[in-house]
Amino acid sequence: MAGRPTSKKATAKAPQAVAPKNNKRKVAAPIEASSKKVKVAAGTSKTSGKAKNGKAAAKSSKNAVEDSEDDDESWAYGAVSESESDVGELDDEFVSAEEGSDIEVGALDDDFLGDEFADSGDDVKGSGTAMFDSDDEDGKGDDDVEGEAEEDIFASDSEDSDDDDMETKSRKLDAAKKAEAEEAEAELQTNIMLENDKYVLPEDDHEILQSTDLQVVQARIQEIVRVLNNFREMREGNRSRNDYISQLLKDLCLYYGYNEYLMEKLFYIFPVSEAIEFFEANEVPRPVTIRTNTLKTRRRELAQALINRGVNLDPIGKWSKVGLQVFDSPVPIGATPEYLAGHYMLQAASSFLPVMALAPQEHERILDMASAPGGKSTYIAALLKNTGMVFANDANKDRTKSLVANIHRLGVKNAVVCNYDGREFPGVIGGFDRVLLDAPCSGTGVISKDASVKTNKSEQDFQMLSQLQKELVLSAIDSVDAGSKTGGYIVYSTCSVTVDENEDVVNYALKKRPNVKLVSTGLDFGKEGFTRYREKVFHPSISFTRRYYPHMHNMDGFYVAKFKKISNKIPKKNEDNADLDEEEEFTPITENSGRRSRGGKKNTGSESNPEEPEKIAFNADEDEELIKVSQAKLLRAQKGIKLRPKKST
Amino acid sequence: MRPLTELETKTFFEKLAKYIGRNITHLIDRGDETYCFRLHRDRVYYVSESVMRKATSVGRDQLISLGICFGKFTKTGKFRMHVTCLDYIAQYAKHKVWIKPNGEMPFLYGNHVVKAHIGRVTEDTPEHQGVIVYSMTDVPLGFGVTARSTSDTRKMEPTAIVVFHQADIGEYLRQEDTLF
Repeated sequence: MAGRPTSKKATAKAPQAVAPKNNKRKVAAPIEASSKKVKVAAGTSKTSGKAKNGKAAAKSSKNAVEDSEDDDESWAYGAVSESESDVGELDDEFVSAEEGSDIEVGALDDDFLGDEFADSGDDVKGSGTAMFDSDDEDGKGDDDVEGEAEEDIFASDSEDSDDDDMETKSRKLDAAKKAEAEEAEAELQTNIMLENDKYVLPEDDHEILQSTDLQVVQARIQEIVRVLNNFREMREGNRSRNDYISQLLKDLCLYYGYNEYLMEKLFYIFPVSEAIEFFEANEVPRPVTIRTNTLKTRRRELAQALINRGVNLDPIGKWSKVGLQVFDSPVPIGATPEYLAGHYMLQAASSFLPVMALAPQEHERILDMASAPGGKSTYIAALLKNTGMVFANDANKDRTKSLVANIHRLGVKNAVVCNYDGREFPGVIGGFDRVLLDAPCSGTGVISKDASVKTNKSEQDFQMLSQLQKELVLSAIDSVDAGSKTGGYIVYSTCSVTVDENEDVVNYALKKRPNVKLVSTGLDFGKEGFTRYREKVFHPSISFTRRYYPHMHNMDGFYVAKFKKISNKIPKKNEDNADLDEEEEFTPITENSGRRSRGGKKNTGSESNPEEPEKIAFNADEDEELIKVSQAKLLRAQKGIKLRPKKST
Repeated sequence: MRPLTELETKTFFEKLAKYIGRNITHLIDRGDETYCFRLHRDRVYYVSESVMRKATSVGRDQLISLGICFGKFTKTGKFRMHVTCLDYIAQYAKHKVWIKPNGEMPFLYGNHVVKAHIGRVTEDTPEHQGVIVYSMTDVPLGFGVTARSTSDTRKMEPTAIVVFHQADIGEYLRQEDTLF
């Protein structure tokens, strides 16, 4: 038995060494996948210049910039070079082959390549690699040709592009690559499978404290995750799941630098291994994205202008027609003449979503409750095409400066900027067609941008924030006019992933305002909101809301919910405030108390309502009696009139 | 928020006329909607009447801006144009100057335009005339005042200043705090 533990340790080392690599791959995978999709989407916008892609790939970026005639090519350059690097990530060996091939392309005659390319575009349908195929399947015919054609360049370049051989060779290469990848995968698998022994949790705190070496901690995290994923077989003795999880939480706090409260909050949102991916993704910055200002320019023109400045960019994805993703830039992207002229706005991909969900229509009046620095407000104005009007509100006066600056820079002419606490609406002005509430939040979705969230958010902060959010969402709902012909919608969004700030708030709004219902956000991707979370159960329609995660969608963590207001009246409640059936407009902070006291007064007052006599009028006899009695009372009250006792009547 | 007084209107229009001349009428008599100028905290805003009416429900202290800001009255009662009005005055500008790509950045950093950077100029621009500065791709970059008339410019040295800088879109970054 003495020998057993040592061997156990030795074998335990092996997966530790392998596992991190495996993990890395997993993390990289969604990002790659998403960027690949982008590439294919890029293909659609290329029409005339597509035959010259190969040429562009061969050029260095400097060359591309030098020649203004090469606009089309350099536009393509971004796409091609990127997909190269993707392949590189996937398979190291394959890169070397490709790099060599690139040089060869450079040597090739442009015309020749162009011709060949045009041919292959038609012939090669269906020959693409597995990688591209998977992406193209949902694309249209057009994309298919291009996606494969692009890939084709890489494959064919390795030999001096014999038209006939090219196809077969590329197939061979792909097959070889595939086999290799499978092998590697299999190796990993067997390693893990062999390693079926049990991981021993460190016993006392002393041991844990000693092992502050991050690598040890990371290894332990991997181990525990492995155990948790197959708990029944891998558990050690009769240790409970909680033992493992509490140890894992401690390690994660140590490794990623979160405070324990937040770690616990975030950890339970995801399955175990996904949680690790989420934390890992929070360490990596999101891509820089910009939004074309359609009031001043078009995406194609903007992309051209920026490429002329040497910026390497691509369309953001199929879901947005105005977004561009910037890979690298020799000039500061926030200070180019195009930026200053208001042709684009630096804006995270995630913050496109609430505006797209809001879907403003022309000639509407729209309120953005927490708008600084104006990315979403200006997007709304762009969708309105400067018709109707936008109320851009922000509670922080300092931040309204950047808001006004952006509104003017982007040429928004129908905006009013005001500085109210959002909760004062609709007291200030109501009856909007649509309201966007991008609520102030803890920022747990944007940890990669601002890592201070990891440590400085406590339980009080979360309570305060969700309280504020609940108040804001109610005033947002009250600010909308349900009778609007085109609108009557409210969009609630946060850049946070916690349930307290999202589903819980939406659920609260549904409960407090039965005159709204959730509708589909109109965004075709993203995860559904939770209808139940731990001990909480939410309204089933919360599945209409959408969640976005950094590790899944390669954008900031985000949440979007869209309400439709059905009527301006708040319907009767069946509980204590059942007497409340008129529309109310007051700040929700005092809501419960205010509502009750108001309702109470109403209740007592309603006995002498003008409606009452009508009811009684049905019963004439009783009525007469009552009148007599009251007349008698009246007479009695008057001085100088003596009434005879009851006998007389 | 209030309409401009007669004196203010006079000062303001005189300044505006330096850039767009009689085209001011196009700003006032528009085909689509009634627009008006409103003064709020010394700043003049150009805004459609419907938006202005809605904005009246916002309190004076809370109202930060509405429509497009044209500029502000200084303490001495003069009017100072802000770069924010560039969109409108570029639309109706009478005299224009186009600068070459190598002159763009110096101008956007607040420098005057030297002759070497000039790409094109509207013919017959007199001296001390308000002009709009464009890039060669027809993007308005700012405005200024000519130092010499077009004909005089021809004789000047390449390093001589042709247009005095007044406002440029770089101010959105440089003066974000003071501009609004």
